[in-house]
Amino acid sequence: MRLRLHIWRQAGPDAQGMLKTYDLDNVSEHMSFLEMLDVLNEQLMEKGEEPVAFDHDCREGICGTCGMVINGRPHGPLARTTACQLHMRTFKDGDEIYIEPWRATAFPVVRDLVVDRSSFDRIIQKGGFISVNTGNAQDGNAIPISKTDADRAMDAAACIGCGACVAACPNASAMLFTAAKIGHLASLPQGQAERFSRATNMVLQMDAEGFGSCTNHYECEAACPKGISAEWIAAMNRDFAKAAITSRD
Amino acid sequence: MDLKNNIPSGPLEQKWDRHRAELKLVNPANKRKFNVIVVGTGLAGASAAATLAELGYNVQAFTYHDSPRRAHSIAAQGGINAAKNYQNDGDSVWRLFYDTIKGGDFRAREANVYRLAQVSVNIIDQCVAQGVPFAREYGGYLANRSFGGAQVSRTFYARGQTGQQLLIGAYQALERQVGLGKVRMHTKKEMMDLVVVNGRARGIVTRDLTTGKIETHAADAVLLCTGGYGNVFYLSTNAKACNVTAAFRAHKRGALFGNPCYTQIHPTCIPVSGDYQSKLTLMSESLRNDGRIWVPKKRGDNRAPDQIPEDERDYYLERKYPSFGNLSPRDIASRAAKEACDDGRGVGPGGLGVYLDFADAIKRLGRKTIEDRYGNLFEMYERITGEDPYSVPMRIYPAVHYTMGGLWVDYDLMSNLPGLFVLGEANFSDHGANRLGASALMQGLADGYFVIPYTLGGYLAKGGLDTVYTDAPEFREAAAAAEQKVHTLLNINGKRTPASFHRELGKIMWDYCGMARNEAGLKTALKKIPELREEFWKNLTVPGSGEALNQTLEHATRVADFMEFAELMCVDALHRNESCGGHFREEYQDEGEAKRNDDDYTYVAAWEYTGDTAKPVLHKENLVFENVQLATRSYK
Repeated sequence: MRLRLHIWRQAGPDAQGMLKTYDLDNVSEHMSFLEMLDVLNEQLMEKGEEPVAFDHDCREGICGTCGMVINGRPHGPLARTTACQLHMRTFKDGDEIYIEPWRATAFPVVRDLVVDRSSFDRIIQKGGFISVNTGNAQDGNAIPISKTDADRAMDAAACIGCGACVAACPNASAMLFTAAKIGHLASLPQGQAERFSRATNMVLQMDAEGFGSCTNHYECEAACPKGISAEWIAAMNRDFAKAAITSRD
Repeated sequence: MDLKNNIPSGPLEQKWDRHRAELKLVNPANKRKFNVIVVGTGLAGASAAATLAELGYNVQAFTYHDSPRRAHSIAAQGGINAAKNYQNDGDSVWRLFYDTIKGGDFRAREANVYRLAQVSVNIIDQCVAQGVPFAREYGGYLANRSFGGAQVSRTFYARGQTGQQLLIGAYQALERQVGLGKVRMHTKKEMMDLVVVNGRARGIVTRDLTTGKIETHAADAVLLCTGGYGNVFYLSTNAKACNVTAAFRAHKRGALFGNPCYTQIHPTCIPVSGDYQSKLTLMSESLRNDGRIWVPKKRGDNRAPDQIPEDERDYYLERKYPSFGNLSPRDIASRAAKEACDDGRGVGPGGLGVYLDFADAIKRLGRKTIEDRYGNLFEMYERITGEDPYSVPMRIYPAVHYTMGGLWVDYDLMSNLPGLFVLGEANFSDHGANRLGASALMQGLADGYFVIPYTLGGYLAKGGLDTVYTDAPEFREAAAAAEQKVHTLLNINGKRTPASFHRELGKIMWDYCGMARNEAGLKTALKKIPELREEFWKNLTVPGSGEALNQTLEHATRVADFMEFAELMCVDALHRNESCGGHFREEYQDEGEAKRNDDDYTYVAAWEYTGDTAKPVLHKENLVFENVQLATRSYK
């Protein structure tokens, strides 16, 4: 198939960016979206032009490195699918495709489609863990955890930290990302000791990074390639509020 | 060179305990005076960096990713082995040890493997404490599944995302230490070289991938946790950025490379669909618990799979290996698939595929159970191929997955260069010539959480480390060489892209040093690789500059090292005149099964760089088996 691509090009963090148009021929329906961009990049390089920079690594939908807004939707039109797992059979001959980076104050553009997501790591640093040093642990079966709780924890822990939730949100909020980690650990008995300080500290860091607030659009849930539910945000708000009332710190 | 593996004396069961008791300790107040560099933040690197920081060392951790959580350990699907014997099915530390030694075709060190089996149980406990959401039974206890090469159920898992959950656990422990100021995290920095001062590893040179800045970092010890080199084949299940540079640079600085030819071809991957293919996707081995592998009995039978009656199907693994069946080890299952396809009985486009069929399992267990067990894998398969594996059998084909070879290390995980430690897939140590499923996660975490915290202390406590500064001539020389490499790559101004060279190199390696190898083919490869390398340095194009994010340049620096390393692999494969595990030499077989030569090759081949990649010097570490009998592996 033949495609017309409109791709965001930006030479550096402070450079002016713009959409540039490229025509690409002989695109196979079996290609992944990123392989389609590889082919474009090879052609650009053969012409001596600089290729489109985009983040990617595992190309299996699990590392969370790739991410781009495709025709206005983070990771593209297919539900629960990262850009690397999106295949060209989703598109048809003659389509025009707009490709842009995540847009959020807390995710500054590095180059073209690559953004800086280190703000996510700093949120985790504030409490997205259980404070257990290596060697402290008791036998794994000493803490029975109901299958329901383990499954719930896993639902939240499935987050790949790609940032699609932020890109999809009109407020560029990181509530779904933050809530998923808080929810994962709050669902487990091991996570109880630090449950409320964790919620407080992570939410405060999220605000400090410049992410917006949640106003219940649910765009994050729709864009999440792992299908993480916005219900986790409600649970996080509950823990955050409870912490504010009961904190003895 | 005298290769000392430093295996402690005494009975196998007591070696590690005794060694830990004998290792010198660093006083708690002195630990903060030691600087440790950890390169790579996968399971081995993240767990090591976090644990060493907990102990009080000053740690600097490096990754070329934008976050430590992106490392490719994250993609491991199926699980992690541990000798917990929760199932009461006969498992024990001894059995896990024996299965691993046998799975590795008797080409691994007994003492290392036994230690691995011993600490495996602690790993599960540690991960549970961190909040890793392992699968549970209804009673709340940990669940297990079976995996290839074992007849007990000892694999712990978190849906089909075990690697992700274990890595996130280690990542969280690491970020906690970053928050506490005990680890200084360097993201987007790629190691370009190792710095050796007075015969000891004392630092590294890095390139900042965002600004292009070449930097030097000094330390008292350097830990390489930089993964495997499967991407030398271009197409593999590794992530795109995985590369050999850190390990190979250390090799060029004097570290010996152990068994580079031992590569693992994973039997269950999605077949190649076209020449634009950028990587291969693995379908977890756990699928073989319920899926049955078959091809048509007739050559060139291109009927749809549901039109082929039961008696015209060849369930070849069940036929050839009745006691392990579809759960035969990876090397054996891969070769059997190749054999069927070479025989003209492969399925799908190009005939390079075999069926992995769930129809029986769905009939027996119901669709719901299969969905619970493998739902995410089935979805992934459908996204990539456009076919629904609930109604049409999956098509799979072997692909390069893991490299058992790596930098040579002693029992303490230290290379022959004092102060250079190598952990996880980057070292050669625990899997012999073939790794069993669910053992990579186990080894990465064993090295990082439970081995290096002891052995590193033993090294540092011995003393003799002067303070070094990055203005020492060794640092300046290494930094200048890295600058020069970047400058050269940017100024060749030829016609071909790094990807084009990488693809061609990968094809040479797959054709001549892949699933099956022979003398003539390896010699052909050894002729073709230097020719291609010469063209690379004359006809490469890298647009853009070295002062900003330049992904083409990153790729070029990595391909440049693969171009040399590939030769070392072929030299090793050619010298090993036997078949063992993942190394299958066509000349050495017994009715299609690998034929080892224990008299001449029961050793680790540790190669020394001489300045000419085609002529490395071989050092042998003889493998001594005191506790197991060398036997022909039989899974029949």
